[in-house]
Amino acid sequence: MSSFTADRAASLGGPAWLKRRRTHAFEELAAMPMPSEKEEVWRYTPIDELRLDEFSPSGGKDLGTLGSMFLEGVVADLPELAALVTAVDGHLVAVDRFGLPESVGIGGVDVLGDEEGVLGRVLAGGDALVRLNDAFHPDVVVLDVPARVVLDAPVVVVHWCTTAPPGPTTAPPGPGRPDALAPAEGRPASFPRTVVRLGEGSSGQVVEIVAGPPGGGLGLVVPVTELSASDGSQLSYAALQVLGTDAWHLSRVAATAGRDATLRTFTVGLGGAYDRSRTDALADGTGSSTELRSAYLGTGSQVHDVRTLQDHAAPHTTSDLLCKGAVSGTSRSVYSGLIRVRRGAVRTNAFQTNHNLVLGQGAHADSVPNLDIEENDVRCSHASSVGPVDEDQRYYLESRGIPPTRAEQLIVLGFFDDIVQRSPVPALIPRLRREVGLRLEAALGLEAADRDRAREEASENG
Amino acid sequence: MSLLEVKGLHASAGSREIVRGVDLVVGGGEVHVVMGPNGSGKSTFAHALMGRPGTTVTAGSIQIDGFELVGLPAWRRAQEGLFLALQQPIEVPGVLLEAALAEATRGAGASDVPARLAAEAAAIGFDERFLRRPLNVDLSGGERKRNEVVQLGVLRPKFAVLDEIDSGLDVDAVRTVSQRIERATSEWGLGVVAVTHFHRLLRELRADRVHVMVDGRLVASGGPELAEELERTGYRAYGVEEGGEGAA
Repeated sequence: MSSFTADRAASLGGPAWLKRRRTHAFEELAAMPMPSEKEEVWRYTPIDELRLDEFSPSGGKDLGTLGSMFLEGVVADLPELAALVTAVDGHLVAVDRFGLPESVGIGGVDVLGDEEGVLGRVLAGGDALVRLNDAFHPDVVVLDVPARVVLDAPVVVVHWCTTAPPGPTTAPPGPGRPDALAPAEGRPASFPRTVVRLGEGSSGQVVEIVAGPPGGGLGLVVPVTELSASDGSQLSYAALQVLGTDAWHLSRVAATAGRDATLRTFTVGLGGAYDRSRTDALADGTGSSTELRSAYLGTGSQVHDVRTLQDHAAPHTTSDLLCKGAVSGTSRSVYSGLIRVRRGAVRTNAFQTNHNLVLGQGAHADSVPNLDIEENDVRCSHASSVGPVDEDQRYYLESRGIPPTRAEQLIVLGFFDDIVQRSPVPALIPRLRREVGLRLEAALGLEAADRDRAREEASENG
Repeated sequence: MSLLEVKGLHASAGSREIVRGVDLVVGGGEVHVVMGPNGSGKSTFAHALMGRPGTTVTAGSIQIDGFELVGLPAWRRAQEGLFLALQQPIEVPGVLLEAALAEATRGAGASDVPARLAAEAAAIGFDERFLRRPLNVDLSGGERKRNEVVQLGVLRPKFAVLDEIDSGLDVDAVRTVSQRIERATSEWGLGVVAVTHFHRLLRELRADRVHVMVDGRLVASGGPELAEELERTGYRAYGVEEGGEGAA
């Protein structure tokens, strides 16, 4: 952990309580083991390949040309914004309000005055990665919506996370050191931190976009987001991850819903070499409901890893999860979800559905649903599927004169559109469609080329 | 006028031979009806014509205007002017009817697909809201059948194989659907191979020939009166036991 030192954590700014919190987190982190593939929650993942000492906490605050261009694109795609927050490598760099009601607080921890304990209220404890974020997040993005406020337009947070190009950054590649890695200082680790609080009876939509320079470039991104929906509120949250192809993305969303509150989350993982998103949603108040959506598309050799917890701690609560993903090339995916019904959470309704399309011979998907039920009077169901594009669907489209490659494209696009159009933040749908469509077109084009090549080889040999 | 010629067709599903020597010639604008007991091979015959993967033609030929379809994938046969209305149309989540048809007619007047869809839907009482839904998702059995006929009207194939298009439809729907198909025979000279159990399809759809399929073969042919007779007397005259599932 060469660059992740107590001094480094202590050097980060903020009020005294935040500094104390970082120091404490660092002490805990130092005593904790890093995640290991031997643990069930990290099974099927490449987490053992993560070398923390190859990265260092990034001090960068420069959006750069690529970041600025990306931001412009976001603004163009989401013309109706209530506010736009920009952070670079976890550093808060800009807060723009567009008609956000005066009473709504948005910005850094200063939004809350001297209030302590804004962090860790929803996500208490946590593993070494959460501790890592606790110790090294430079800023906190806070959205604080008081009671009975209705936000008509989404609040958007863009986390631009820089990466370092592979290869030496100080000397050009040369004989004898073609594979030399950039020095640790050049490989940034970012710790975005976000807190969203909705007061009683309020409603709001929040989008978080985690993005970085496209293409290859090493970086570690460990975001932690805490969402709390007070009694009777409605919180809709969508997270889109479009990092470059070499980045590590290990995200954690912890959410809680109070009495009669409705909480909707949607995580979409498209970028990264290893993309993990864990969403824990606690139905904490009687009559609350949570709706979890996840989508991932694996291209190249990506690994997408989605973990969900539908946690029921109160009676008459509902949770509904739908997770859809596709893997192509040699990419892999893991979905592992748990429905937990605690004692006392009678009349729980919980549903969990995971569908996976496997688009290439070299691709693989694992689906692991789990139930942990401590109460009798509950209704829980789970369903999962892993397989190639449905033969009957393809035949049906082909019988209309649509060639197979195009039929497959339509079916897979439709497979994603089925979940994208359920986005809890509807304004994000066009952007999601485009992001998925572009990647899919490239991925399916490659798959089709592979098949054609195999067919040609087969006919040459035959 | 176009010509669909099926000669000596044998086809297997899996390792079993189901279609065992069928000859059938359908001219443009003609309506041919294939009736037969359950399990006689009617659906396999329909899929053999369209080229469903897993249904293998082991002998014989299928030609449209002298062009051989056997050996071609389904999409190529469709492009040659063949259409199959499925007995159980497939749900394709996320793929809008309009998008699929725009793709199917790409380069051949895709721009007027929305207008043609609306007109075809209106002609058979297919709810216009369904046009903006993913293919067959959340549609009832009857609505799915109507959806097939809407697609047929938009795509305007030379020949349509209708696999029990009347099942799942109420009496009124059978009438509007059969009227639409009948009209297509004169409108653009559509040739029809209609597989059915029921004579009621033929009240509005004028059959030129009725064929009886038993055990993978056409064992008898006649005029429309044959359909009426079959509905009255069943297939006992063709060696099929009452209520029997047929030999294949």
